[in-house]
Amino acid sequence: MSSTPAITVRDLTVAYRESPVLWDIDWTVEQQDLVAIAGPNGAGKTTLLKAVLDLVDPVAGQVRVLGKPYRTVREQVGYVPQRGSVDWDFPTSVLDVVMMGLYGQLGWLRQPGAKERATAREALAQVGIEELADRQISELSGGQQQRTFLARALVQDATVYLMDEPFQGVDAITERTIIDLLRDLQADGKTLVVVHHDLQTLPEYFDSVLLLNVRRIASGPVEGTFTDENLRRTYGGRVGFLHPPSEDTR
Amino acid sequence: MTITQLEIQLVAVVVAAACALPGVYLVLRGMAMMSDAISHSILPGIVVAFFLVENLNSPLLIVGAALTGLLTVVLVELLADTRLVKEDAAIGIVFPAFFSLGVILIARFAGDVHLDLDAVLLGELAFAPFNRLEIAGRDLGPQGLYAMGAVGLLNLSFILLFYKELKLATFDAALATALGFAPVALHYTLMALVSITAVAAFDAVGAILVVALIVGPPASARFLTDRLSLTLGLSVALGVACAISGYWLAHSLDASIAGSIATMVGVCFTACYLFAPTHGLVAYYLMQRERRWTFARKVLVIHLLQHEGLPEAKRECRVDHLHDHLSWTPGFAERVVAQAEDRALVRHRDGRLWLTPGGRALAQEAVVHT
Repeated sequence: MSSTPAITVRDLTVAYRESPVLWDIDWTVEQQDLVAIAGPNGAGKTTLLKAVLDLVDPVAGQVRVLGKPYRTVREQVGYVPQRGSVDWDFPTSVLDVVMMGLYGQLGWLRQPGAKERATAREALAQVGIEELADRQISELSGGQQQRTFLARALVQDATVYLMDEPFQGVDAITERTIIDLLRDLQADGKTLVVVHHDLQTLPEYFDSVLLLNVRRIASGPVEGTFTDENLRRTYGGRVGFLHPPSEDTR
Repeated sequence: MTITQLEIQLVAVVVAAACALPGVYLVLRGMAMMSDAISHSILPGIVVAFFLVENLNSPLLIVGAALTGLLTVVLVELLADTRLVKEDAAIGIVFPAFFSLGVILIARFAGDVHLDLDAVLLGELAFAPFNRLEIAGRDLGPQGLYAMGAVGLLNLSFILLFYKELKLATFDAALATALGFAPVALHYTLMALVSITAVAAFDAVGAILVVALIVGPPASARFLTDRLSLTLGLSVALGVACAISGYWLAHSLDASIAGSIATMVGVCFTACYLFAPTHGLVAYYLMQRERRWTFARKVLVIHLLQHEGLPEAKRECRVDHLHDHLSWTPGFAERVVAQAEDRALVRHRDGRLWLTPGGRALAQEAVVHT
């Protein structure tokens, strides 16, 4: 089983009205890897996650999750969208949002009950905001919103997790909590793919990296892939401002 | 109250309840104006279906109208998808075109039937009791009551059955898709229900009041609760209250019932906007004011703590000079001191202010947490 890659992307091209967002991407994620996707704005990072989740139609190419089409393995994939992608004024509680992660297992028509509430509470405890369970979601801070989304992904009890900028706009303590959680999940055999913006922390937090800018620039273990040369090719000349000389990290 | 009065109110109540249910989801999805588009553009659907079956009470009219409603939604979304036209502009282009088509069809071909334009815009609830449902010679009540009741039940069962799916699709459509819940299908089913509701309510209340009843009560209920289930329940309750109070307003003013109900929807929304317990304007203003006083008291105790036991304390902590040091007006300083004394944060002795242990604790805590 563990020889099957968690994600295989082959010759994937995605375009919005003829302008390519992703050009012929080939990319493989091994199971139990902790992978960062990095690249400038508009590089197609979110689109790549959405292509894996079958949320966008590719112009060409193929995506396999655990060796199968996404539709047949939905329940094994957990998704943490960008915090800003939903309306936080929606009339619902934190616990309710977390329970949404269980809807896939419930299937159509069955309503969540006491068991689901208990599972959701456990997940909230895991991300350290158990006491916010009954809070209206509009009252949450950015970090608390992010923890809520993580808890929602945790209850899915997936094998492969896709996370879109979980560190965006959170404080240092939340960032620590999240990275510890990612490490725990990895130790439990989960595969984690995370869109990550902070090049300073990337080598410390992640084992592998995909450098993306519409095309795949490089991918593989952080060491050997996350080089100055590759970063320059990904970000163009601007990388000097973003990343300290790599002599420091070697 | 006569039987006729009771029947009119019953129809109004059922219309209000049936409209409020899908209205909640429209309001939460930020597409309230779609109800305006749908309720107007179903007109040509009704007219064309009427030409085909030549019977105003045929269920085919509902089918025709629902199809035009869906067509409107699809056209608006196609236009908005070009990204050259925003959704509000797309709505403004599509529905007047449909509506005017309906108007022309009526004027040209249906001048002599009961489809007149006043009724289309405003409906006529007062006539609701005239069309009776009779089975085997027995009078079972106004037809409109049964038609609207059926539509209301349809809406209610859809929302109860797909409560969790609708919630997820409305809150996070991407996750709904990823989990396999077909939010697009849910979206169009919801739009079809809005169309059916609008056409069924059309006869009774007209195109404009339908919009008021779909958008008004849910928008009002949002000020009253932070829970989806309560939003649904309160929307229905508010819609019903508007229907009944609107009827009696019309009764006392001898005015249009539909117009009076729409007026009550406006009154209801204004009342919620102003006086809702936590989200209303007044509550917000009071909370802001309370925060300002709380903060001023903190400023006072921190000021006293800074200078406590120091030589300049004599000068800094004098009540009559306090406003100078803190740049407050004397009146404001007096009120803050009085409040602080009431709350046992400070004591007033020898013309000076002294921190109580409670006041000192508050000051220390405030300094640490800011």
